[in-house]
Amino acid sequence: MYTILSKRTLAPKIREYVIEAPEVARVGKAGQFIVLRLHERGERIPLTIVGCDASTGGVTLVVQEVGKSTQEMGDRFEEGDSILDFAGPLGEPSEVEDFGTVLCVGGGVGIAPIYPIARALKEAGNTVIGIIGYRSRDLMFYYDEFDAVCDELHVMTNDGSFGGKGFVSDPLREILESGRNVARVWTIGPAIMMKVCSEITREFDVPTIVSLNSVMIDGTGMCGGCRVDVGGATKFACVDGPEFDGHQVDFDLLMSRQAYYAHEEACALERYLAGTGEGAST
Amino acid sequence: MIVEKQTPMREQAPDIRGRNFDEVPFGYSEDEAVREAERCLQCKTAPCVDGCPVGIDIPSFIEHVKSRRFDQAIAQIKQDNALPAVCGRVCPQENQCQGVCTLGVRFEPVAIGRLERFCADWEAEHEACCPEIAPDTPKRVAVIGAGPAGLTAAGELRKLGHSVTVLELLHEAGGVLMYGIPEFRLPKAIVRREIDALRRMGVEIEVNKVVGQIYTVDELLGGSYDAVFIGTGAGLPRFLGVPGESLNGVYSANEFLTRTNLMGAYRFPEYDTPIRVGERVVTVGGGNVAMDSARTALRLGAKESIIVYRRSEEELPARAEEVHHAKEEGIRFQLLTNPIEFVGEDGRLTGVRCLRMELGEPDDSGRRRPVPIEGSEFVIAIDNAIIAIGNGPHPLIPQTTDDLELNRWGNIAADPETGQTSKPGVFAGGDIVTGAATVIEAMGAGKRASAAIHAFLTAA
Repeated sequence: MYTILSKRTLAPKIREYVIEAPEVARVGKAGQFIVLRLHERGERIPLTIVGCDASTGGVTLVVQEVGKSTQEMGDRFEEGDSILDFAGPLGEPSEVEDFGTVLCVGGGVGIAPIYPIARALKEAGNTVIGIIGYRSRDLMFYYDEFDAVCDELHVMTNDGSFGGKGFVSDPLREILESGRNVARVWTIGPAIMMKVCSEITREFDVPTIVSLNSVMIDGTGMCGGCRVDVGGATKFACVDGPEFDGHQVDFDLLMSRQAYYAHEEACALERYLAGTGEGAST
Repeated sequence: MIVEKQTPMREQAPDIRGRNFDEVPFGYSEDEAVREAERCLQCKTAPCVDGCPVGIDIPSFIEHVKSRRFDQAIAQIKQDNALPAVCGRVCPQENQCQGVCTLGVRFEPVAIGRLERFCADWEAEHEACCPEIAPDTPKRVAVIGAGPAGLTAAGELRKLGHSVTVLELLHEAGGVLMYGIPEFRLPKAIVRREIDALRRMGVEIEVNKVVGQIYTVDELLGGSYDAVFIGTGAGLPRFLGVPGESLNGVYSANEFLTRTNLMGAYRFPEYDTPIRVGERVVTVGGGNVAMDSARTALRLGAKESIIVYRRSEEELPARAEEVHHAKEEGIRFQLLTNPIEFVGEDGRLTGVRCLRMELGEPDDSGRRRPVPIEGSEFVIAIDNAIIAIGNGPHPLIPQTTDDLELNRWGNIAADPETGQTSKPGVFAGGDIVTGAATVIEAMGAGKRASAAIHAFLTAA
């Protein structure tokens, strides 16, 4: 069992958990992920690591409540409670070195996993330009954290309620068009956002890393459910990634595969919400 | 007097069992077991013992059954086999003990597997016997992977008095017994029972341990452990490498079976993991995993479940009983057929394009090579495909262990008799060494390695 050391609400339907898993916290790095399972009937949920603290044994995760399991985690698992299974770290860590000037582009809940990468890049000596985007001001989180590790931070909201109005791709294009020497771009967010950002950086020939959240079961190379097409070759996001060259990824295939269980996911959520408080998990 | 035919084992009728996940055969009653045991000739040569990869003293346990000493029968089996309820159900006995049975030369061989299963199930309903454990030694062994090889090595080493910790990647011990083999062939309660028996012997089993990441094999050896056994199996699914294989609706057998067995997707939405099965499902492959997948698809609601295999029936690598059961349940066998492309619409699978094959000259494996018939292309309209053409070595330990010699297929190079790898103190066995094989062969490797590990630990 793995104890929830802390839980806080970052924004509506977005929560941050610190979970006690000392062996993972000791070695987990930015870019890697873990798999957790809430209870005996639970599914294995892959989540990218947001932080690891070897001194407390805590692993920080940010969870957006989008389906039955994540909703249940938010509703029923409080500080001091335990979750049944927690395994990691999985996947390859981000390649962090001093590249010069780098751009970290995060969108929505993708801002959480890109934050530790931005921090690691900053610590490695890079000039870090951050671009973060939210649907609107009330969904903002990690602004201060991000601001602290960026030399320059651009914030976008789709409705213009904070920062610039529009999408993260807007300042990305402006910065690249301005001719600044950007050595590398990281972008994490919805698949469509990563696709658009990768298309822009391709025009400017800037190497671009994306982190793919495909549907997976074990997270260790066994199911092949997370297979993605990268440069014409089939790769497993769990063991070959989760980070890949954004210019090589077939995002349309990724988006299609991410949606395969949409119907089942909707049914499960509906059933859960109808029975909330009734012990749908028991 | 010789009874020519085996005592039949009662089982669920095909039309009923094809729609549920309950175990197919019911097992022998005490009287049926005794009747079958009486068929054994108790021949002096006992070729069956050599035919068993873990060398169970088969004539002795059968003699106990015959005399209704069921407690002694199971104790006899457990001296050599820690997982008898599993082996009685999933061993290919026709190629092993029963394949060399003296009675089988002229008549049907003694149903050794059914008797083994009977003894194990009898024990579950009575007082469990615990094998004798030698006094504790100060030696500690780490076993990586809680599948058949690792669990067997763990049990054997514990019996010798060593401390044993099994480190498992998934959230449940059992390996392929839990994630791969379906409930209707090997009920998970039975696997858990056998694993509990190991725990009662003092074997420590820790789940959710990503060895290779949280600590390397070298760190295990440099830390609390005196030896390491690697039994991480063949977990990496192979695909055909044909166009359209990433369309929605195409599963690896590993994914299909893991969702169903380990994650309980056949009980979705009570269990949270979903699975999708349409009306018509093709399984590609001819081994036990293919049979398991096709039969699982049927139970998940497929109206038509078809095995597509590129050779003929004679070459099907599956256990005879699995093919028999699959046919009884209405699985259609589309033999001498090879898929060349998956076709779809809007990202969703709609069919598989195939070529008809004929058998040519024998290939390296001694089997006649399937050759495509020109112009024989045709499309089968399907909703799902399951690729069951084998697995490669699980990559995590080979990738994260320095100086561990691999063979050209990426399997760990290890002495077949001792499991010794290129690293001192590190042993390996099962599918991670041999490539995908059977449960009992992995157990045999685990057992042989445990003897070598014991010798290593007690030398000097």
